[in-house]
Amino acid sequence: MKNNEDKFDLPQGTLDLLIMRIVALGPIHGYAIAQRIQQISRDALQIQQGSLYPALHRLEYKKFLASQWKSSETGREAKFYELTAKGRTRLRTETENWVRLTDIVSLILKGTLEEI
Amino acid sequence: MGWLGRLFARKQMEAELDKELRFHFESQVADKVRSGTAESEARRQTRLEFGGIEQIKENCRAPRGTLWLESTLQDLRYGVRQLRNAPAFTCIAVLTLALGIGANIAVFSVVNTILLRPLPFPNAHQLVRIVEKDPKAGESSKTYTADITQDFQQQNHSFQSVSGYFAFTGPNNFKLSGSSQPTPATGILIAEGFFETLGVKPAIGRLLRPEEFVHHAQPAALLSYSYWKRTFGGDPGIDGKTVDLSDKLDLNNSSVTVVGVLPQTFDFGAVFSPGAKIDLFVPYIMDDFRNDGNDLALVGRLKPGVSMAQAQSEADALFPQFYFENKHPEYGKGSTAQLTGLKDYVSGKLRRSLVVLWCAVGMILLIVCVNLSSLLLTRAAARSREFGMRIALGAKRSRLVRQLLTESLLLAMVGAILGLGIAYIVIAYLAHQGSLSLPLLSMVRIDGTALAWTLFIAVGAAVLFGITPALQMSNNHLQEVLKDGGHGGSVGRRHDRMRSSLVVTEIALACVLLVGAGLLLRSFLRVLDVDLGFEPARAGSISFDSDDGGNPAKRVAIWQEVVRRASTIPGVEAAGISDNLPMSRNRSWGIAAKGQQQVDAKDFVPVFVYIVSPGYRTAMGMRMLEGRDISWEDLVNNRNVVVINQTVAQKLWPGQNPVGRHAIAGGADAEVIGVVADVRETSAEEAGGAQMYLPATKQFGPEGSYLVVRSKLPPDSLAGSVMRMLRDINPGQPATEFRPVQGLVDHATSPRRFFVLLVGAFAGLGLLLASLGIYGVISYVVTRKTQEIGIRMALGATQTRVQLDVIWETMQLALIGIAIGFAASLALARLIASLLFRTQPTDPLTFLAMVVLLGGVALLAGYIPARRASKIDPMVALRTN
Repeated sequence: MKNNEDKFDLPQGTLDLLIMRIVALGPIHGYAIAQRIQQISRDALQIQQGSLYPALHRLEYKKFLASQWKSSETGREAKFYELTAKGRTRLRTETENWVRLTDIVSLILKGTLEEI
Repeated sequence: MGWLGRLFARKQMEAELDKELRFHFESQVADKVRSGTAESEARRQTRLEFGGIEQIKENCRAPRGTLWLESTLQDLRYGVRQLRNAPAFTCIAVLTLALGIGANIAVFSVVNTILLRPLPFPNAHQLVRIVEKDPKAGESSKTYTADITQDFQQQNHSFQSVSGYFAFTGPNNFKLSGSSQPTPATGILIAEGFFETLGVKPAIGRLLRPEEFVHHAQPAALLSYSYWKRTFGGDPGIDGKTVDLSDKLDLNNSSVTVVGVLPQTFDFGAVFSPGAKIDLFVPYIMDDFRNDGNDLALVGRLKPGVSMAQAQSEADALFPQFYFENKHPEYGKGSTAQLTGLKDYVSGKLRRSLVVLWCAVGMILLIVCVNLSSLLLTRAAARSREFGMRIALGAKRSRLVRQLLTESLLLAMVGAILGLGIAYIVIAYLAHQGSLSLPLLSMVRIDGTALAWTLFIAVGAAVLFGITPALQMSNNHLQEVLKDGGHGGSVGRRHDRMRSSLVVTEIALACVLLVGAGLLLRSFLRVLDVDLGFEPARAGSISFDSDDGGNPAKRVAIWQEVVRRASTIPGVEAAGISDNLPMSRNRSWGIAAKGQQQVDAKDFVPVFVYIVSPGYRTAMGMRMLEGRDISWEDLVNNRNVVVINQTVAQKLWPGQNPVGRHAIAGGADAEVIGVVADVRETSAEEAGGAQMYLPATKQFGPEGSYLVVRSKLPPDSLAGSVMRMLRDINPGQPATEFRPVQGLVDHATSPRRFFVLLVGAFAGLGLLLASLGIYGVISYVVTRKTQEIGIRMALGATQTRVQLDVIWETMQLALIGIAIGFAASLALARLIASLLFRTQPTDPLTFLAMVVLLGGVALLAGYIPARRASKIDPMVALRTN
């Protein structure tokens, strides 16, 4: 486990966005999602099981994700999630929103005091 | 998967959730092992990283949206288990609830039928009853002549239709002859359009047609559903058949065509003549009754959009102009009309009684709730550690309240189901009480509204009795609960205070109920004690057929023979005949004193008429005040004599002796030969009005005949010999019933008896529950104080001392309750003042009796635990700590 200082608190709703983004790459099970996020973020983001699975289930009940039991790379049966059409639309709009929001936020934060 | 699918696929979903998390766990362990950690260490680390796996699962379940239901089901399962583990508590709680709720459903069904539900006719709100504004002489002033009826039918613009029925029908006024023995039947004469006005459609055949309402029409009749079933075996082809039916008034046997059968839902008696069973309906032919005076009870159906006030003002303009009889304008005019909604007319008088009944039964439910609250508090105290533990494990307060309320609700629902059963039995019993003179009673049933009401009171009760213990319980501070051994801690004391105030409330409620019941009971006893003017006990009556062919001389001979032979039956003290009995049929004529001046229409006093034979007065047990009774010579010689009652004597000859004076009675000149005491002719509670007794001469033809016998034996034992004697004289005598005269009085007092019985039963129930409440609390206190009492006894307190202390504690509660109840009763008794009969709402005896009774019961309820307390062995008590 890493030190707490290296970890981020994800803003509300961001986890859902990240999960959908990873799942959009192809069917994937929960453990792999956590690993993938950790790898991509170069260990900066560690998704706790306690947040990951409730989020997955929430997204599934909202029909953004669909799931299927398949054998994993190790041969064990795992629950693979994939993005539904509804999820794909959702991911697109959410991503746009996110990009716009971060652009605006960074625009403001990077500006000099005079510009404010 | 939809919501419902998720609810039912719970097991599979749980398995999958488990499998999914396990996969994650195993993958993580495998990764760690791969990077060189020992497997046992890898598992330990992974388990640490995972944290509470149950919590994760719970968070994954939350989005399913089925959790609330699952937790409710869980609460229910837990509740059922809890209740099953305490069978004694559950039984007592469910039984008291069943009694309380059952009584409420039963009373509500009665109230609903009589007061709330519209009458069982289409657009019943349009139906109106029309009566004289100032009812002076019983039923006669609630009726109109044929001419007035027709004039009003033709001239009004407010009504779609106006019709009526002949209001003076006695029971068994018809005789059905045919295959076997003739049987009596009760028929009502109805004016044209009666059923059309009410909106009643026949079940079989048709209604009566206009041409059947004209003079010399082919006789036709409609049958009531129950008569058709009973007498004709429900023959589906009955319409069009002729039956041999004779009217006792004409005694001309005639074949009558049955044109139809009325529907089962139509009960004439229930609406118009409580307690009466009507078998058939025949046309009231106006032309035959033109000279008969007031005899139609009018019912009208308002046109849509016409208000009662509009109709009333039209009636106010029309009625005074109508001549009583168009052929005899000299009889004058000047009738009035008071319009009342039929529903109000039928049940308005009962409103207050029923509301009181409703309140009484509501109070029972309150007492039940208070009792249960107290029981639950005791139970909650015993369970405080369980709840303390749950709080310690992280249960939220609202979750605990929910759990406790679910248990209350469970109790209430089981109680309600049992209560429905009780109510069903009670109602089935009530609906078949034909002798109860309450309108619509036969139509009482548990309908949808009653079921909704049941649900409402069950949930209401559950919240009421569950909320206090639930809040009290969840309010406990964790520390205190786990520390408090349940003996003398502050929580324990707080519960005691709460319990004590519950008991006080209970006693106060019981107090109010007892006072109400006491006042009603005293009124009822006063009613039974009333001087009726006759003695119903040991008298019996039977309706018989004279078979005189309309010949007065022959009738007198038959009457004489019947009375003579009845008097010789062993055990018979007196026998006599009348065509009318008190508290049954209602009929009035006029009487005026004959003096020097010409007698005017306004000189006539409306008067109840009894056309009698000698011996009737003694058989009924009436008192002769002055003069002599009617004799056989009067009948044989066609002498027109009249016996009047005190009221008539005072009205016509105030301060003088009326004997020997002449009067115009029943349209003839008659000599007053005697004065008898007033007889209560409509009810036991209303003083008798003007009454007269006429001999059955040619002038005064009787309408039917009742033989009345007074005997030393119970009247029932004479039934066989009286019927044999009547059959002997007239083989065509129908199989009428020999009834005790007391039955007439019982019928008249039955509504009051009904209310007294119910309110009394509720008060008894309240008393029982209150005493159980006192007993429960005091025993609990004694149990809790076992140690304290043990110490006191070890220090030298005597058994008596300990007993007295416990009893004093009980009496303190009882006295506070009685004091509050006393004050509340004083205030509330005024509200039922109008229901009382010769009893003050502040009747000291009733209040005293209530205090003594409640005090005594409280004493008893406290004595049992007090005795137990005094039997405590100090050694044992101290050791049990």
